[in-house]
Amino acid sequence: MGMRIIASTNGSVISTQHLVKVYHMGDVEVHALRGVTLDIVRGDFVAVMGPSGSGKSTFMNIVGCLDVPSGGEYILEGVPVVQLSKDQLARIRNEKIGFVFQGFNLLSRTSALENVELPLFYRNLSNKDRKALAMEALDAVGLGDRAHHLPNQLSGGQQQRVAIARALVTKPSIILADEPTGNLDSRTSVEIMEIFQRLNVTGITIILVTHEPDIARYAKRNVSFKDGKIRGDISIETPVSAMEILKSMPVVSEEDDNERS
Amino acid sequence: MNVLNVLKVASRSLGRNKLRSILTMLGIIIGVAAVIAMLAIGQGARYAVESQIASLGTNMLIVFPFASSQGGVRFEAGTSIRLTDDDAIAIRDQCPAVLYVSPIVRSSEQIIAGSLNWRTQIQGAMPDYLTIRDWPLESGSAFTDSDVRGATKVCILGQTIVKNLFGENVDPIGQTIRIRKQPFKVIGVLVAKGQDAGGHDQDDFIVAPFSTVQKKILGITWANTIYVSATSQAAIYDAQYQITDLLRSRHRLLPWEDNDFTVRNQTDIASTAEATSKTLTVLLAAIASVSLIVGGIGIMNIMLVSVTERTREIGIRMSIGARSKDILFQFLIEATVLSLFGGLLGVALGVASSYIISSTAGWPVLVSGFSVGLSSLFAAAIGVFFGFYPARKASLLNPIDALRYE
Repeated sequence: MGMRIIASTNGSVISTQHLVKVYHMGDVEVHALRGVTLDIVRGDFVAVMGPSGSGKSTFMNIVGCLDVPSGGEYILEGVPVVQLSKDQLARIRNEKIGFVFQGFNLLSRTSALENVELPLFYRNLSNKDRKALAMEALDAVGLGDRAHHLPNQLSGGQQQRVAIARALVTKPSIILADEPTGNLDSRTSVEIMEIFQRLNVTGITIILVTHEPDIARYAKRNVSFKDGKIRGDISIETPVSAMEILKSMPVVSEEDDNERS
Repeated sequence: MNVLNVLKVASRSLGRNKLRSILTMLGIIIGVAAVIAMLAIGQGARYAVESQIASLGTNMLIVFPFASSQGGVRFEAGTSIRLTDDDAIAIRDQCPAVLYVSPIVRSSEQIIAGSLNWRTQIQGAMPDYLTIRDWPLESGSAFTDSDVRGATKVCILGQTIVKNLFGENVDPIGQTIRIRKQPFKVIGVLVAKGQDAGGHDQDDFIVAPFSTVQKKILGITWANTIYVSATSQAAIYDAQYQITDLLRSRHRLLPWEDNDFTVRNQTDIASTAEATSKTLTVLLAAIASVSLIVGGIGIMNIMLVSVTERTREIGIRMSIGARSKDILFQFLIEATVLSLFGGLLGVALGVASSYIISSTAGWPVLVSGFSVGLSSLFAAAIGVFFGFYPARKASLLNPIDALRYE
């Protein structure tokens, strides 16, 4: 693909320098990002916080290669992303990044397994390999027995786990989660965080956008945005273990109970 | 993304909306079926016309004299008395591209057989005449050269004459009919040919030896027309030139004088009739194509709805690594699968309805591989053509906007 690789000096997976993003709404210029410089090391678990309009979503879109900055530099695993073509960005999204969205964004009337297979369709894989990888990812989120269920036959938490499996199936180095627990009840939210923590242990870098401090405390690092700039960057020495919290929580959902047994 | 995967993704998306896919296909199904059925009817008609023309005789040329004129008054065509049986003999002997020749004299006569009578045309001809017209006998035998030399009173009847003078159950061979009070012995009956391209009953005539009709009935010295058959289909034009040259010199025409005769070949008549049926076929196909195009617009409409409705899906696919061209291909293939599948079903329906038309209406139909191939190809092309705009619209979506689309 001819991507230029810059040797990363500090082991950063993601390195942004003075990222600027300006939207043009008619005659009005909206400055969504006003110079964001951030380094994220491999294996980190970052919670990005901030009120709406703070620029955190724009930042996530650029980090996820869905959008390009108006100015500044973004280096992803040594590759300067700003210079890449649309097709090259698509390739990076396919190979290096897994997305998890607030609204799950599964294809309706499509089985869990086929949803998880989806990213692999954009690679040259045999039918068998694709199915095997997808089953493996579903097993990793504990939904191996629901492979042939349709999204509307699954609970919100299960749908989000299918979405995580879809993000995982390409074995990405980074998972970007945009308010992944926004539509879920508190226990299910903790279950999702437990999965993220488990994946993080295996070395996947996780960046998670949230506005709930409760959720942010499961991360190793909290970065807060305001008015298009970073206003706070705190490392958490000992993040809360979602596994521990789950043990102390009463079991509410029958569905989740069923599938745990 | 390889072709097989694209096909799989496309057919899965279509399968998710079965009823809609089928309704969309219906436009193409009806369009293709209409094209095939209309072409089958058109080509069937053409085939019928062609076989009728072939029944007129093979490699046949007819020499007509031009209209005579007396003191500036021109009479109807064929009234000239410039063609003779000597012309016919000369054509046979001197034109290498000519195989058989027969001069013809015609007369409209009242024929009497027993208590029945019938007015018909009697033609005086040479024995080769039936070969030229490619007209076999049903029963009996033909007259011979010696009958012509001796001007014997024998005749061969067309089927219409047999029906009208003898009825269904009587064998006319050996019977006697009377023409201008002279008895003629019936020696043969021709097979039925039916109507010609102009609707004229070809079986309503009697053939007798040339000299018998010329001398004993009409008392003239000329011939009305000369029937000629060329050595082959390819030799028709050669024969035409040779006859023209020969007759010009025999009639002592000066270079600035027009021909006093005309040589017509069946190819001219055939090509006129063929052009007519071709026009019919083109007309029918054009009407049917309109429905095919309407079907294509139906596909475009549904694909546009589909792109809008599935904006979020497009966003999801882009976010997990689909390139613009993957999206373009997906929607293009969906449209093509719709139209191609519809096309195949349309072929089946078209062929079936062609046979139903042929058996119920009794029209000749001819389903050609060409029309089947053409219309299915056309259906696929329509899918690509009308699918391209929606597919391109989908591929140009911005992933973020597509993901946020409600």
